[in-house]
Amino acid sequence: MTQPSVPNSEPRCVPCRLAAIGALVLAVAGGFAYTAGWLTPARLTTSRLINTFETVAGQPHPGYRRNHAKGLCVEGYFDSNGSGATVSRAAVFAPGRTPVTGRFAVPGGNPSAPDTSSPVRSLALQFQLANGEQWRTGMNSTPVFAVHTPAQFYQQLLAAKPDPATRKPDPAKLKAFYASNPETLPFQNWVKAHPPSSSLANAAYYGINAFRFTDGAGTTRAVRWAMVPETPYAPITDAQKAEMNFLQADLDQRLDSGPLRWHLILTVAQPGDPTDDATLQWPDARQHIDAGTLVLDRTTSQENGTCRDINFDPTILPAGIAPSDDPLLAARSAAYALSYQRRTREEALHPAIHQTHANGDRS
Amino acid sequence: MTPARTHFSPLARLLHWTMAPLIVAMLFIGVGMVASVSRAHNTLVAIHKPLGIALLLLVVLRVAVRITRGAPPLPADMATPQRIAAKASHLVLYALMVAMPLIGWGMLSAAGYPVTLYGPLHLPPIAPHDVALFALLRALHTWLAFTLFATVLLHLAAALFHGLIRRDGVFSSMARSDR
Repeated sequence: MTQPSVPNSEPRCVPCRLAAIGALVLAVAGGFAYTAGWLTPARLTTSRLINTFETVAGQPHPGYRRNHAKGLCVEGYFDSNGSGATVSRAAVFAPGRTPVTGRFAVPGGNPSAPDTSSPVRSLALQFQLANGEQWRTGMNSTPVFAVHTPAQFYQQLLAAKPDPATRKPDPAKLKAFYASNPETLPFQNWVKAHPPSSSLANAAYYGINAFRFTDGAGTTRAVRWAMVPETPYAPITDAQKAEMNFLQADLDQRLDSGPLRWHLILTVAQPGDPTDDATLQWPDARQHIDAGTLVLDRTTSQENGTCRDINFDPTILPAGIAPSDDPLLAARSAAYALSYQRRTREEALHPAIHQTHANGDRS
Repeated sequence: MTPARTHFSPLARLLHWTMAPLIVAMLFIGVGMVASVSRAHNTLVAIHKPLGIALLLLVVLRVAVRITRGAPPLPADMATPQRIAAKASHLVLYALMVAMPLIGWGMLSAAGYPVTLYGPLHLPPIAPHDVALFALLRALHTWLAFTLFATVLLHLAAALFHGLIRRDGVFSSMARSDR
């Protein structure tokens, strides 16, 4: 490139040069298509994961989340007592109050599913920090997750796919999945030993994944958290098991007599505790920090409540909390984003989508 | 500035060659991060947002440089359709370089996400929290990214056509100085 070319001199082998330009453009375009996952149908991409959720849900439920579709919005606040600041410099742990918008939900892609369709319930929260930062979390009522990796999660989804004839999952397929994936054992054992609670209010909700907390001095530790209820646990009753929808009415009734409280318990890992495996609990002897009280004082329907337009992406974190190396976290973030993209598009194209549901189906 | 300038100014060239690999990287990062469910997703998102804002700052400077310093004239023997294609594709490139980061910022705002850059550093929202607006901007971000990628490929092919086949000085006007 040091010798200036002579303008308009006849180049040698024009077809070779054209071919070279074409090959370069094709290579870049091919690389782009490969990166997007368009050339590798077997690769587990975000869209394949969400498409499978939609298949498992049976019929489409436009405007609803692709998982944990059934739920309700809650409002309240978090009163930090300052103890969390010993492990994280996040402003939410300084003493004081942070407004919270949340959502209780039942797993699965069907917004009208029975409350008892899964032994698991979830609580998602968004803490709106005064400095403009946010902390979003999606928690489950089980301290361990069923699977370790996104690929395993996908296999579990496939095993739960409804049989075209019965329109129900094939129990043999699910059994085969659990048998060939021993990582699911801690989850199965925990669910067997802990019947679901009688209410959304008397369950503990666990942050599922480990996170990295960094304190004011720059020290980073692995931490898991749980929202532990003040309301004492009671198991689900037989009468409740026979009902399709009891969780929201129960919660509303309890809130009529006053706000409900949970304690944010931070569990600090010791070196060697697994941070990349949500199927494994840490030993009980780990340090627990009660960082403050979550107070929920009112519900709104998910069709027009403030939680509807929130994607509870667990990787949206304030400075002082960061994702761990748990492979599920990135998959959750990617999948939630696509679910949000699809359902907001459906809402934008059909603005009345939730009005038809809000009358008959308040769940 | 001499009127018969044959090359872009050093600042224009610096901006072009800084932004070109970053824009191509942004397109690959963008399409890769939305497809990936691996840990790379988190890393790529954490790069995509601050890099997009950096490119917005760079393109503002670049538009100012382009307006004040102009571009060397195209060779006199270029056919009119080619001239029109050249001008139009550059207009599209500039428009998309400005639009893409603004749409990205607006789309995060409309979804209610904090526009995080690094640590606690984040930008204010530039749009109201409105999911219908988000849906529109989110779709635009994808389709305009594909348009930008196609235009970049066309630009690359045309630049190499000028440099390797026509050898008319158009490629070297951006590739090197006139000294």
